[in-house]
Amino acid sequence: MKYTVQIVGVGGQGVLLASMVLGNAAMQMGYDVAMSEVHGMAQRGGSVLSTVRFGEGVTSPLEAAGSADMILGFEPVETCRSLPLGNRDTVVLMNLDPVLPSMVAAGFEEYPPVGSVVSAVRSEAPNLRTIDATDIAIKAGKAVAANAVMIGAMSAVEGFPIPKDVLLRVLMEQVPEKFRDLNSKAFEMGYQAASQ
Amino acid sequence: MVNLLSEGGKQLLLGNEAITRGLIEAGVGFASTYPGTPSSEIGNILEKISSDAGIYFEFSTNEKVAVEVSAAAASSGVRSFVFMKHVGLNVAADPMMTLAYAGVRGGMLIMSADDPSAHSSQNEQDNRYYSVLALMPMIEPSTPAEGRSMVAEAYRVSEELEMPLLFRTTTRMNHARGIVEFGPISERKTVGHFDRDVKRFVNIPAYARLNRKVILEKYAKAAELSEESPLNFVEGEGDVGVIASGVSYAYVKEFVSGVSILKLGFTNPLPEKKIADFVRTKKAVIVAEELEPFVEDQVLRICAQNGISVPVYGKRTGHMPRAWEYSPDTLKGIAGIVKVKDFPQPMSVPKMDLPSRPPTLCAGCPHRGMFAAAKRAAGKEDVIYCSDIGCYTLGVQPPFQAADFIICMGGGAGAAGGFDRSTDQRAVAFMGDSTFFHAGVPPLINALFNSHRIVMVILDNRTTAMTGHQPNPGTGREFGGVSTKPIDIESMVKGIGVEFVRTVNPYDVKAATQTFRDALAFEGVAVIISKCPCPLELKKRKQLAPAVCAVDQSKCNGCGTCLKTIACPALFKKGGKITPDPVQCIGCGMCASVCPRGAIEVRK
Repeated sequence: MKYTVQIVGVGGQGVLLASMVLGNAAMQMGYDVAMSEVHGMAQRGGSVLSTVRFGEGVTSPLEAAGSADMILGFEPVETCRSLPLGNRDTVVLMNLDPVLPSMVAAGFEEYPPVGSVVSAVRSEAPNLRTIDATDIAIKAGKAVAANAVMIGAMSAVEGFPIPKDVLLRVLMEQVPEKFRDLNSKAFEMGYQAASQ
Repeated sequence: MVNLLSEGGKQLLLGNEAITRGLIEAGVGFASTYPGTPSSEIGNILEKISSDAGIYFEFSTNEKVAVEVSAAAASSGVRSFVFMKHVGLNVAADPMMTLAYAGVRGGMLIMSADDPSAHSSQNEQDNRYYSVLALMPMIEPSTPAEGRSMVAEAYRVSEELEMPLLFRTTTRMNHARGIVEFGPISERKTVGHFDRDVKRFVNIPAYARLNRKVILEKYAKAAELSEESPLNFVEGEGDVGVIASGVSYAYVKEFVSGVSILKLGFTNPLPEKKIADFVRTKKAVIVAEELEPFVEDQVLRICAQNGISVPVYGKRTGHMPRAWEYSPDTLKGIAGIVKVKDFPQPMSVPKMDLPSRPPTLCAGCPHRGMFAAAKRAAGKEDVIYCSDIGCYTLGVQPPFQAADFIICMGGGAGAAGGFDRSTDQRAVAFMGDSTFFHAGVPPLINALFNSHRIVMVILDNRTTAMTGHQPNPGTGREFGGVSTKPIDIESMVKGIGVEFVRTVNPYDVKAATQTFRDALAFEGVAVIISKCPCPLELKKRKQLAPAVCAVDQSKCNGCGTCLKTIACPALFKKGGKITPDPVQCIGCGMCASVCPRGAIEVRK
């Protein structure tokens, strides 16, 4: 078994934390793990991509185009842009809350209606699951826990090779103690939302 | 959580963390750097843990100095490690070339973190050629696990040869993550003694000529070590051979089947006999390496010298690209020669207009105020904006467009003088505080010495921001048991003899604009220092005073001046009106300073 998750989003959304949780959980499962992160320039409000690969004999930190088993999209437009990382069998799990690029905020460019992004993504990706991760995180206590919602939702995807309890345990190890309740609640709500 | 000082076990580490663990295990006693992506994390880690690890560590003023301090330590018998990004080695090339002649006594590694695809760099130069130029042996890890394990082997080789080694990595090694098994921590020597040996350490022409012979002998010995090195090995079986190094090895190993792989980790000098023996038994050979045909050309030469006529496929035959980093997709180029895994058909990006998301200056970034002030003061005057390497490089984007010429660290100020002398345009140079100390002082002196009429703007944000907020001489240091005072830029500039020196608050765009006007009118060298801490750094230190900008909607007529001049990402335009985003806004007041209707105020 080999499995590749491509996590996409915007700097500050917690993409790196999510990839650390996933990578460490895979290591605890006894898999080989290879990951790749984008640092530097990309952190100044730009797009962020983190590749997490695990399984027997995994060595390469990058995956070929089209080969992702899952695209974990923290942001609609970034998810849309990243579709070539996967194929029509790829599970695409997409947060519906947009992060407006500065040129959009300033009124120089337009952000398409989220509904039309969802339809466009669905036309390519039949295995699209959408989730209101930010809304759920706010209900759990704070918007910043959206990444925990996404991790919880990921664990609900049928056939995902890492069990829910392992992911939750590693998430608890990776976040500071004072945020454990918030993250645990957000994770659980994400799991429930994606199980429906 | 990562703990690089733990006794044993295994952890999921970033390549740079794995290398740092390697240093700890190998008994390195001295480390130095100038920060640069993709090498920077090593410095950030050592800043935190060098005391506990018992390693002396410093951020040097530039890569050249970093090599010099580490060279002295290694010449005194202390294992040293100096690390930098690839273009940093250009700065450090001068001491490196002659240091190779003298050699070292304690082991010394010079790490060059190359950046194929120029993820965060101005070029994608292949620094493996430096190892040939300097006759300096080279080690190249492929994965984080090798980043740890190869460090100790590299020090062993360095000490056997009494030579510094080039430890060459790339972004997909430094910024990859993998499982790393920890080994035992060796004893550390942190205090050495320098035993004089003038013929070796003083390369006047008479001795340099002799040392040229010495280094060639050492290089020949290095070739023997490369032949026997456990870092160069053959695995797998097949009629077709693949010679792979660096991260390319990982792609070949996982996605190409039915081949025999000669994996090279000791890549200069190459194991010529091992390569000849490998190629001779094959039907065809492929060389997989990123960037230039460094190994490939030598394989072709080795084949020619040994009368081997096996076809060698790679960049010279057009099967592998020379530009940009490799990925599993790159292997499609050799799919006609070997069995490459079938990759599924990728989905397409749906046909719809998606907004761009380039990296931008942060909300409240003081550079915004200085760009806005410069543009306002210059008006219609034809000004060439010479910029530099740092966050302010992002000033190239609209609406600032305040970067017309960027080549290297400190390069903007030097070029500004040249533009002044060779054109009838006005030249303004922007550079950061860390860059000023790194390479900005000589061009400033040059401008005075040669009477160039330039405006030099030092964007002093009290940190080395772009690479992750390292201290620099302007901030002083406070780590590793060493505490120093900040060096004052204004006094330095005045000390050099610059007559026009003004320090401004970039958040007061109006006042800064007037200062720019005065500077542009000045007949000589004018220096403007924008002194304002990076808000990201303040946030990290929890020193950012809470404040937000508020817009009086009865006064705002939606003219958009704030957006067009400051373009702060905290400003949103909704329904023709401006609304600051309270989450992003830090209440710096730059937008208030440019609002023609006085509609914006800062609320503390």
